[in-house]
Amino acid sequence: MIPLSWYMALAAILFCIGVCGFLTRRNVILMFLSIELMLNGVNLNLVALSHFLDSVRGQAFTFFIITVAAAEAAIGLGIAIALYRSRRSVHVDTINHLKG
Amino acid sequence: MFLQLFFGYCALMIVASGLLAISLRNPVHCVLMVLVLFFHMAGLYLTLNAEFLAAVQIIVYAGAILVLYLFVLFLVSLREELHLTAFVPNAWLGRIIATGLAVSLVAIVPAFNLGEKGVWTVDAIRRATHTKALGQEMFTTCLLPFEIAGLILLVALIGGLVLARRDESYACQGECSGPGPAASCKEGRQ
Repeated sequence: MIPLSWYMALAAILFCIGVCGFLTRRNVILMFLSIELMLNGVNLNLVALSHFLDSVRGQAFTFFIITVAAAEAAIGLGIAIALYRSRRSVHVDTINHLKG
Repeated sequence: MFLQLFFGYCALMIVASGLLAISLRNPVHCVLMVLVLFFHMAGLYLTLNAEFLAAVQIIVYAGAILVLYLFVLFLVSLREELHLTAFVPNAWLGRIIATGLAVSLVAIVPAFNLGEKGVWTVDAIRRATHTKALGQEMFTTCLLPFEIAGLILLVALIGGLVLARRDESYACQGECSGPGPAASCKEGRQ
């Protein structure tokens, strides 16, 4: 039997890998990919807790998170395409027109 | 013992492919690393008696979402991406923040204690089958969130269509109104 704390530690590490990718990558698409990593960390936590708490509510929540991740990917990548069309770049540090 | 070994293998592969995914230069390699990560995540779901979720993880995440990422990566210019720096100028700040967050989160984990248990024990799930248990939970207690999730998908569908559509009204007049390359329309737009 695998203890719950192993799963939670792995989920925390995966979440922080996602945070690190989000804060360091220049490419918008890879930032979205890092958000997927963070969502996966949360999913792992929810599934592990739902197993150890003898409840399936966490797994139902995981379904909703997967739904939201799919929606977020569709919208975010649509925005990335629109950005690339108007700016010829998908790098976050070139999009600084509000800076003045 | 086998379970622990399997967990160790999956955890090692998840952390390694996650780290590679955020540090490789070629974005396509990053997406493929995330694919490896999703497969091992499905393996971890199997150790947690969540077979249906493991299947959904592979079908939806690896099959649909990552293919979408790959398509969009090929739509933007991949060739010049290989010669540019992949990280923001002060990336060490982000790495320090993420490391600090990881250390504090892992340090907090032992302080967690479980709440009261629910009714779906492993035996009850095994008797009712996992998909049926999940469906009962989803269509009774979580019915309203389920409807809202459907609405969110509709919004994403329409939003994706509107965002990715080419704006014909002012972008291309005259000779480049056809489905030519977008680069030739750049002068007409500015």
